[in-house]
Amino acid sequence: MTVYAVFFYIIAALIIASAGLAITRKHMVHAVLYLVVSFIATALLFYLLGAPLVGIFQVILYAGAIMVLFLFIVMMIRMAPGADRPFPAGHFIAAFGVCGVYIAAALVLAFFSGPEAGRPMAAAAASPAAFGFYLFDQHWLAVEMISILLLVALIGALHLGRAGRRKQSGNKEP
Amino acid sequence: MIVPYTHVMLLGAIVFLMGMICTLTRRNLIMIIVGLEIMLNAAAIVFVGAGLQFQQIEGQVMALFIVAVAAAEVSVGLAMVVCIYRQRHSIDPQCIENSPRVPDPKAASEPLTLNP
Repeated sequence: MTVYAVFFYIIAALIIASAGLAITRKHMVHAVLYLVVSFIATALLFYLLGAPLVGIFQVILYAGAIMVLFLFIVMMIRMAPGADRPFPAGHFIAAFGVCGVYIAAALVLAFFSGPEAGRPMAAAAASPAAFGFYLFDQHWLAVEMISILLLVALIGALHLGRAGRRKQSGNKEP
Repeated sequence: MIVPYTHVMLLGAIVFLMGMICTLTRRNLIMIIVGLEIMLNAAAIVFVGAGLQFQQIEGQVMALFIVAVAAAEVSVGLAMVVCIYRQRHSIDPQCIENSPRVPDPKAASEPLTLNP
């Protein structure tokens, strides 16, 4: 087992543990903070898998911007403690049954997929410069579409924020 | 040499499953969005792992696009949560069904004409 593999398993355990803690917390602030840990660990994983630029964007955008947005909203919304209604047990059994089948299928595929799949991957890294050239050379249209998507999301979020306030003031009047 | 390809896929599958469980079982709109984020993150892990396995840079490009789409999705989703919270003072998904102020899709788009 190489040092890369040791790092991979440590990071994988960190991702799974922090995501598991995030989805089970009652308090939303705790959940979001565990999610930040999970996303930073994912950025480390990207770095390990040879994607340094994507890892940096993961830290800046996901763990930075998106999670700060989450924290703002969570602190804006005052929720009564213990308001989370319990989920019906029958639904839980059905959900975990489906999940168990899914995990079993994944494990079977993983362990019976022949010697080809068991060979470790060669370590490689795409330099940020090469990645940027490739992105703007081959995928310039997708980059433009993403920018338009972000603009539309901005306008939509602005409209939703204004619509909620207008409706509230309209309901107070009569 | 890093780990076998299937281990990266298994990690992605487990993280995706956690996000799905969170989305399906939590009764809180913000935790539902958190579950969606975890699922998108799992998809990005799988893309980067596949890009390394097949020595293609496309996987990393797709991971970058996933981050951008997640940013757009979260901004609109959280704006909707804030909108719902302002109207109903709750972020339980059930509140939309139980509340007397159920917004008609047509009425919601033109709220000014409904007020006397």
